[in-house]
Amino acid sequence: MPNVIIDPNSCKGCGLCVSVCPKKIIKMSEDKINKKGMHYAVMTDSQKCIGCTFCALMCPDCVITITKDDEESDGHV
Amino acid sequence: MVVFKKPHALTDVPMHYCPGCTHGIIHRLVAEAIDELGIEGRTVGVASVGCSVMSYDYFNCDMVEAAHGRAPAVATGLKRSMPENIIFTYQGDGDLAAIGTAETVHAASRGENITVIFVNNAIYGMTGGQMAPTSLPGQITQTTPYGRDVTKQGYPVKVCELLSGLDGPTYLERVSVDTPQAVKKAKKAITKAFRNQVEGKGFSLVEVLSTCPTNWGLTPVESLKWCRENMIPYYPLGVYRDKGAEK
Repeated sequence: MPNVIIDPNSCKGCGLCVSVCPKKIIKMSEDKINKKGMHYAVMTDSQKCIGCTFCALMCPDCVITITKDDEESDGHV
Repeated sequence: MVVFKKPHALTDVPMHYCPGCTHGIIHRLVAEAIDELGIEGRTVGVASVGCSVMSYDYFNCDMVEAAHGRAPAVATGLKRSMPENIIFTYQGDGDLAAIGTAETVHAASRGENITVIFVNNAIYGMTGGQMAPTSLPGQITQTTPYGRDVTKQGYPVKVCELLSGLDGPTYLERVSVDTPQAVKKAKKAITKAFRNQVEGKGFSLVEVLSTCPTNWGLTPVESLKWCRENMIPYYPLGVYRDKGAEK
């Protein structure tokens, strides 16, 4: 299963990842801000993620890391 | 298994670019190309003047800061004195297409074996949004508040078309980073431009259509749309020269 890891404090809140997510499961945080004072991107439903990497491709600040669970391992990457 | 992570050739320094500026994407593509070809140890980048002036902090390879517009000339010197090293320049439109036009045209004409990454965002970003040589006809900027009037300010400089008139360049391509698909294509083009140099093929330039949300006065998402609807029709994407493939 794909795992999207977003580093909240590097995010500048531009929202490009939100605009390209085909499953619409990335949202901007509504009530929280990060160290930069920005609303940051959060993954709302990782179960629906298809691991297309579009969010990471469009992120200008390399905030997003994507991992996939190895099939033979016990689920930890 | 890691599917996507920050490339090794980028440092951990937070970039100073405005939120949503596609400079960050293009930096990452350059770093990914360097990682992919395994040339980080022998790559020397030449930073330009403009928004990308601080790019020497962001790449893990050695970097040189050139005077405004002179990056291709500095790169020529570096490449000729250290032919084993991989030399690239990273320039914006104010640097490459305005003050550095002469250096760009002559480096291309000589067919220097360097890689030039040209970021075209149709405006002077760093100085606050003045008209650039690449601003579109009718585009509103700080210095053209009624839109760029071609009878007074002339027509935009189309760098790929301009250089494709010369015999010197090996590879010229214009790409965009407005969608994830376009980013993937841009990565292929940038990697090819670096591979050409590794193989000693000659001058490679990749023009990347970029955005400037702050100075265009749009949100990051709107500015990608503006790039798609206004810039791409005026600056058609595609390969303008590929000597490697012709042979």
